[in-house]
Amino acid sequence: MSVENLIILLYILVLSSYVGFELIAKVPPTLHTPLMSGANAISGITIVGAIICSNELGYTTVSKILGMLALILATINVVGGYVVTDRMLQMFKKKK
Amino acid sequence: MDLTILIQIAYLISSVLFIVGIKMMNKTPTARQGNIYSSIAMLIAIVATLIQVNVLTLPEMFACMLIGTVIGTYYAKKVPMTKMPEMVAIFNGFGGLASLFVAVSDYWLRSIEKGQDVDTITGISIILSVLIGGVTFTGSYIAFAKLNGNISGRAIVFKGQHPLNLALLIVSIIAGILLLLEPQMSMYMYILIFVSLLLGVLTVIPIGGADMPVVISLLNSYSGIAACFTGFILNNQVLIISGALVGTSGIILTQIMCKAMNRSLVSVLLGGFGQTTGTAGSNG
Repeated sequence: MSVENLIILLYILVLSSYVGFELIAKVPPTLHTPLMSGANAISGITIVGAIICSNELGYTTVSKILGMLALILATINVVGGYVVTDRMLQMFKKKK
Repeated sequence: MDLTILIQIAYLISSVLFIVGIKMMNKTPTARQGNIYSSIAMLIAIVATLIQVNVLTLPEMFACMLIGTVIGTYYAKKVPMTKMPEMVAIFNGFGGLASLFVAVSDYWLRSIEKGQDVDTITGISIILSVLIGGVTFTGSYIAFAKLNGNISGRAIVFKGQHPLNLALLIVSIIAGILLLLEPQMSMYMYILIFVSLLLGVLTVIPIGGADMPVVISLLNSYSGIAACFTGFILNNQVLIISGALVGTSGIILTQIMCKAMNRSLVSVLLGGFGQTTGTAGSNG
């Protein structure tokens, strides 16, 4: 990776970290667990990396198998995460 | 228009939707819609990536994603409401392990299968992603087991715990540096993986069951950071943005949760304070 490229990526990292810090404010306690669960589903974004890694052509050995395992795990994280969060939030609506 | 530009635009839209989604989840009336926004963002990112890699191994990939979807949906629907924090912990652990696998996969492809040199920046990203991903995986599993009653919810403390953790951290740093110097020596990678998994167990085991929701929130933040580093490995912006978003918002949320429970983050992390045993149930 070139240094110029690294600098651009660092810009992205720093600015999005700052946004992340600012995003969460005065959350009512009842929303703590759903918010945690929702953020957990987002952290399954590593699925993007898994797709890239499991698509290596001509290298059908270790790296590809690891990529495919990562893809299965990340999919569980993403799908399960969103479904669980939705179930929690659904419960809220009924209460209101 | 060039396909790569379209993909970059899709990543941009996805990143904005993630931010809007998290923001909306701060308030009760908009929370559910916020979650849907963030799931749309995820879908856009996945589709864009599938187009980007012009999938030549599409059937296998779809098989993997189908397996993941079936398992994820099944457990997410089946779990009783009171077991939600446990479920989040398990899913989070899988996310951490996925980041570890992505990093090891990329390392293996570059240095073992292709025999290339790994440049320092990529190397450091691989090492950090493995380390944090490994800690997230075993840490989340221990948190799950404590909440679920598979192991005692009591804080397990023993003499020399902190020095041991510090020593393991130093070992992992040394293994990381050696791996940077000699990327072809896969032995260092094995050591790194082993130590990271062990660290995850040792850092969560001294924390009492009642503090587990806070720990899960913190580990969730870790898995975001791990995903962020995989973004540096693969030079992928959407991974860096959403990883960083989860990483930092997760830390703030952890702090808020600590405050709500009248605990300080430091005392939770150092462990041994939360001697209150029993299951912590749901936190919300």
